[in-house]
Amino acid sequence: MILPALFFYLFAAVCVASAVMVIVSKNPVHSVLYLILAFVNASGLFVLMGAEFLAMILIVVYVGAVAVLFLFVIMMLDVDFTELREGFLQYMPIGLVIGGIFLFELLLTVSYWVINPSTPKAITAAIPTNVTNTEALGLVLYTKYIHYFQLSGMILLVAMIGAIVLTLRHKASVKRQDINVQNARTPEMAMAVRKVAVGQGLQDTDAAEWVK
Amino acid sequence: MTIGLGHYLAVAAMLFTLGILGIFLNRKNIIVILMSVELILLAVNINLVAFSTFLGDIVGQVFALLVLTVAAAEAAIGLAVLVVYFRNRGSIAVEDVNLMKG
Repeated sequence: MILPALFFYLFAAVCVASAVMVIVSKNPVHSVLYLILAFVNASGLFVLMGAEFLAMILIVVYVGAVAVLFLFVIMMLDVDFTELREGFLQYMPIGLVIGGIFLFELLLTVSYWVINPSTPKAITAAIPTNVTNTEALGLVLYTKYIHYFQLSGMILLVAMIGAIVLTLRHKASVKRQDINVQNARTPEMAMAVRKVAVGQGLQDTDAAEWVK
Repeated sequence: MTIGLGHYLAVAAMLFTLGILGIFLNRKNIIVILMSVELILLAVNINLVAFSTFLGDIVGQVFALLVLTVAAAEAAIGLAVLVVYFRNRGSIAVEDVNLMKG
């Protein structure tokens, strides 16, 4: 009985501590690494709560995709991050005041609350006890919430296309193959027969026509 | 020593506050702001899963899955916009984003 509590405090403490380090780190690369630590510990909390599938998905999606994306962008952009930290101490007091008030209000709400007696009766899909968490999630997600599932797939598709459209660019200096131009090219356009005067060769005045 | 719903809600509240604090403190660094938004979404997910488990309703976990999807899409689009912005301006300072004076 004491072991889950110990693990809860371990995961919660490391999660909150690494979240602090995310926002105070001088180097954004360190921020990303602390963000990964926070997500891994949050997935530990998910496992403690019994949401094993979401815990694993959290690691796969965040650590495997989002955090790597962040690292990629940080290392790709040549930014002087020290000048971006100017004003950190300037905003510290107001930030701490607002954060403190916010945390106080949230904890106040968390500590004094009761569940509405009618809530347990209003459960939409009870967690089945005889199947694993993954199967239970699938039983609901693919039947009752199939439209939401497909909608989230559409969101991912739009995000993928949007990211590609935003970042794709065609440089004018890079020569690309254009099939239509190649097919439209005829021998008359590509070649010219010239009479070359003896001892003179082609004159520079013809140069514009050579390249045609 | 029993860990109840309140414990998880307290952790989520702290993470949420830290995310908001991160937006305040790193007002010039948009990458850290994006990371703070991820922290906020993580806190929301912890709340959803905690209520789902303690009320015995699996719909909360379905919703957390959808939130996870949207968070991933948001990070991808945000970073793409960031890369395009850096290409155009050569800096990612938030204060420079007033070209249109809107």
